[in-house]
Amino acid sequence: VIDPLFLAEAAVNGLLLGGVLALLALGLNLIFGVIDIVWIAYVDLVMICMYAVYFSVQVYGWPIWAGGLASVALGALLGIGVHLLIISPILTSAPVNQLLATGGLLFFLQSLATFLWTTDHRSVRLTLPRLELFDMPISVARLVAFALSILAMLGLYLFLTRTYIGTAIRAVSQDREAMALMGANPHRVYLVTSAVGGAMAGVAAALLIIQYAVHPFFGAAFGPITFMICVLGGLGNMVGAFVASFIMSEVIAISGVIWSTEMGYVIAFVVFVVMIFVRPGGILARRG
Amino acid sequence: MRARTLGLVLVAALAVAPFVPMGVMREYTIHVLVQIFIWSFIGGAWALMGRFGLTSLGHGAFLGLGAYTTTLLWNFVGLTPWLGALVAVALTAVFAVIVAYPCSRFQVVGHYFGLVTLAVGEVVRLLIIAERDWTGGSLGLTVRAAGADSLLAIQFADRRVFYYGALALWLAGLYVWWRVDRSMARSAMEAIGEDETAAASVGIHVTRFKVGITVLSAVLTAIGGIAYAQYISYVNPDTLAGIGVSLRIVFAVVLGGMYSLLGPTVGTALTIALSEYLRVLFGVRYIGMAETIYGLLLVLFIIFLPAGIYGTVRDLLRRRRAAPLAA
Repeated sequence: VIDPLFLAEAAVNGLLLGGVLALLALGLNLIFGVIDIVWIAYVDLVMICMYAVYFSVQVYGWPIWAGGLASVALGALLGIGVHLLIISPILTSAPVNQLLATGGLLFFLQSLATFLWTTDHRSVRLTLPRLELFDMPISVARLVAFALSILAMLGLYLFLTRTYIGTAIRAVSQDREAMALMGANPHRVYLVTSAVGGAMAGVAAALLIIQYAVHPFFGAAFGPITFMICVLGGLGNMVGAFVASFIMSEVIAISGVIWSTEMGYVIAFVVFVVMIFVRPGGILARRG
Repeated sequence: MRARTLGLVLVAALAVAPFVPMGVMREYTIHVLVQIFIWSFIGGAWALMGRFGLTSLGHGAFLGLGAYTTTLLWNFVGLTPWLGALVAVALTAVFAVIVAYPCSRFQVVGHYFGLVTLAVGEVVRLLIIAERDWTGGSLGLTVRAAGADSLLAIQFADRRVFYYGALALWLAGLYVWWRVDRSMARSAMEAIGEDETAAASVGIHVTRFKVGITVLSAVLTAIGGIAYAQYISYVNPDTLAGIGVSLRIVFAVVLGGMYSLLGPTVGTALTIALSEYLRVLFGVRYIGMAETIYGLLLVLFIIFLPAGIYGTVRDLLRRRRAAPLAA
């Protein structure tokens, strides 16, 4: 029998992991919903940004906030770069080709990171105190990351609902043909979306590096679960993805304590597959 | 007629290839060719589904299921891989039905189908890792040596035995592809790929065809996985299950062209030759460099040759042949 305290601790850790996953899914979901292309390599962009924070903070001695800003800027640049170099030439290609082009990018980034920085695990060392809540140790680094990720999501929400370009982005995600007829330039919208999505990858990287070590296979570890959260939430549905992140993270954390980490992910994937069958429009979709 | 002559010449050349004196390069050449045959066979199996719009990103699941079932049965029970393969094929078929039936009933298509299969591939990989007491986890598992050449264990010191086995497997794969290409199922599947509702309205049993083609593709993939495991005599969850290998299969096929008989073979031969060349070129000095260039070339190929290499070349030839008629 498992100690209920262990389960409670797992639930709290799941909640904190949920914040991280929500942040990862946010940028990908934005791109997914607007451009309708899965960036298989999205979490690998996050991985590259994590290296940027690591090097700026740990090697060049920048303060952590400066490293974080650099990561956000790099993320935005990478997003623009990926869109201009890879996505825009294949916007009208078959979906399988689009998937594979970003899949090729995944191989490229993964092995480039191996080549440049070897497979060592690197982490940014921050001395943050540990909190205790009802005898449960809680890492402050995770708590800070959780709070900041909620803030980043609010920021994105305000951007999408309160600015002109944000409104245009939402309009394209609803109906791309109609939007072009209204005189908006979808290519500019795509570019801004990719930049914002990339910047979100940078934010995620800055918050992830204080809790996880970075290595070239970081993207492979977090990539699949991130796509699944986007789909589970409903493509382009930000609130849905948010809810889905916490469902998945709790499944992973709690079954991780009961069985093993791998089984946690196995159960999460099975939950995903079953949910696709019963609620294909996402967990928050109205029954059609 | 010319194509048939050309094909016969090619097969004859491949049949005598292992006896061509190549000195020290012979072992290596045979090794590369065996890999090309086996992975082309697997690519062809994938293309059976892929050409009808069922883009699976989880064929690693079937590879892993096949390879691990046979290897575990041989290592722990001592069951010959011939019978082990039968068990593995039966298991894979059941597994494919479990995945394909709900996918078809709930109309999971496009991106969603890709992601469901991707999740399935990861589930198999993670289960292999989780059951590390049996499977050796992420360290992999060596196929227990029979001690000497043994037909029962499918273990031979001479690579040429595997060469002919792999060649036969590849030809069998082409035959299956050709049979499907000329069958009624092909027309039905094409109609389903275009518009499921319309296909159902003219009396095509959508679910039966979709599940059928998935089971065929999965079973052939599992056989390919078994063949590869027997040849390498080592199984590993990262090389035989999960996203990595699944994407590699899809890459090779799309690169070659999935709508033609030899497309998967051309794509597989090219990607294997490329990665072998880069591996030899960079050796162990620059770890990751070969893969970096491989990834970059894949992106470029997808952008500039969207119809695949074989498809593009064939279109060019056709245009040239058609040109004098138009003039």
